[in-house]
Amino acid sequence: MDIFKIIDNFQKIDGDALGRLEYATRRHFMSKVGSKLATVAVPTVFASIVNKAFAQSAGAIDVLNYALTLEYLEDEFYKGGNAAAGLIPATDKTIFTQIGKHETQHVAFLVKALGTKAIAKPTFDFKYNGAFADVFTNYKTFVTVSSALEDTGVRAYKGQAGALIGDPQILEYALQVHSVEARHAAVVRRLAASVTGNAAMKGWITGKEGAVPAIYAGEDNLTQGGKDLKGLASKTDAAISEAFDEPLTKEAVLAIAGPFIKA
Amino acid sequence: MNKLLKPETNSGKREGETSPVNRRSFLRAAGIATSLGTIALTSACKDDETEPMPGGNGDTVDLGSGDVGVLNYAYALEQLEAAFYSQVITTPYMGMTDAEKTILTDIRDHEIIHREFFKAALGDKAIKGLTPNFASIDFTKKDAVLGAAKLFEDTGVAAYNGAGKLLKDGGNLLLAGKIVSVEARHAAVIRDMINPKSADFAGDDILDANGMDKAIAPADILNAVKGYVKETITGANVGK
Repeated sequence: MDIFKIIDNFQKIDGDALGRLEYATRRHFMSKVGSKLATVAVPTVFASIVNKAFAQSAGAIDVLNYALTLEYLEDEFYKGGNAAAGLIPATDKTIFTQIGKHETQHVAFLVKALGTKAIAKPTFDFKYNGAFADVFTNYKTFVTVSSALEDTGVRAYKGQAGALIGDPQILEYALQVHSVEARHAAVVRRLAASVTGNAAMKGWITGKEGAVPAIYAGEDNLTQGGKDLKGLASKTDAAISEAFDEPLTKEAVLAIAGPFIKA
Repeated sequence: MNKLLKPETNSGKREGETSPVNRRSFLRAAGIATSLGTIALTSACKDDETEPMPGGNGDTVDLGSGDVGVLNYAYALEQLEAAFYSQVITTPYMGMTDAEKTILTDIRDHEIIHREFFKAALGDKAIKGLTPNFASIDFTKKDAVLGAAKLFEDTGVAAYNGAGKLLKDGGNLLLAGKIVSVEARHAAVIRDMINPKSADFAGDDILDANGMDKAIAPADILNAVKGYVKETITGANVGK
């Protein structure tokens, strides 16, 4: 069975670095257990641990700076949207305020974790070469772009999981952000469905259903773990495609995000 | 705890490398207990004295070791979710709207697909079909059903997030990633059904100050869900 094959070259990149990471983490938890201090102190301590681990793994730095680029993009997008007078209806304001808060938190975490290795924030243009010219004045456009950004974020993080398999703690952080992007995506997709009158757009991705076709290429895949799941449990192709989200490569994501990035 | 600290003979890890991780997982249990609504964590130290039998036997089901253990762990959780939503659709709560039924039917189908996928992928290494125990859930009441759904989805997200680093095969890790984001979509939609247009879909009650979801170790998740399954599930060697 293919999926059970243990691939030796996915072993730890640097066993020593991992050892130090585990040691530092253990010490932290041993000293804080049973105390509410733990939850307060964790972000800072984790960031410093991540920093140490990064020193050992160039691959992780690349992945996290790539993530930071996307988080910078999302953060600035929601800052712009939330600040634009009359754009977001009062009924939906809470949702976008919450999403914006998370993107700011993700940026802060990554910047802290990367330390001096963090890239600077690029200059963005959310009009996307004119395609979304009214993104901060037309709510339909704003919600559409938001859903596209969130689904792209989910695909982008998923696409990097394998590259972090040798950095277990960093992989875990990436997964913890990945599922939050998916929570955002689900809720914004439902808003987009309602605002644009597209009943086929659900919180999950049916086939390739989404606002911007290029972003959903391959989402209709029915083959998982080397097995064609068509007809599994007598379920429809639609349901099977919804049950699995698909990754995107860094190249594909940067091609999608490229027109947003001016410098 | 003895078995948790026992050095592994085949993995190439020394005792000093494996024990801190397990100790940490154990200690973390204290912090997540209430957030998952579990009753008690007293059995975190309880250990099955008999040697684990992959596939299980009688009332005890052992998930096995290595990646197979992780996949069986996912299979066990998907079995619970699929059984839960099947019951929800078979006996709809009072006042279930068409829109709600569509969403819950979609989720049921996703969970059945996940369950059947893991069963097929695991083949003869799959654990047996589990017997759910939903006696504590009043399926006639919307609040009770959506509350349980929220618990199951949030637990599923935290479980997959915590299991990712236990996987050794990149293909399996990608599969887990493909599924966990769908569970997160479910969690968000269920939470929005409970409290529409609020911040709850990714609420401060479940995310931390870094805007991150939880990642929880198998032992703690198994404790959190043990009231919902009749068999005793042991997962001491999952990912090892």
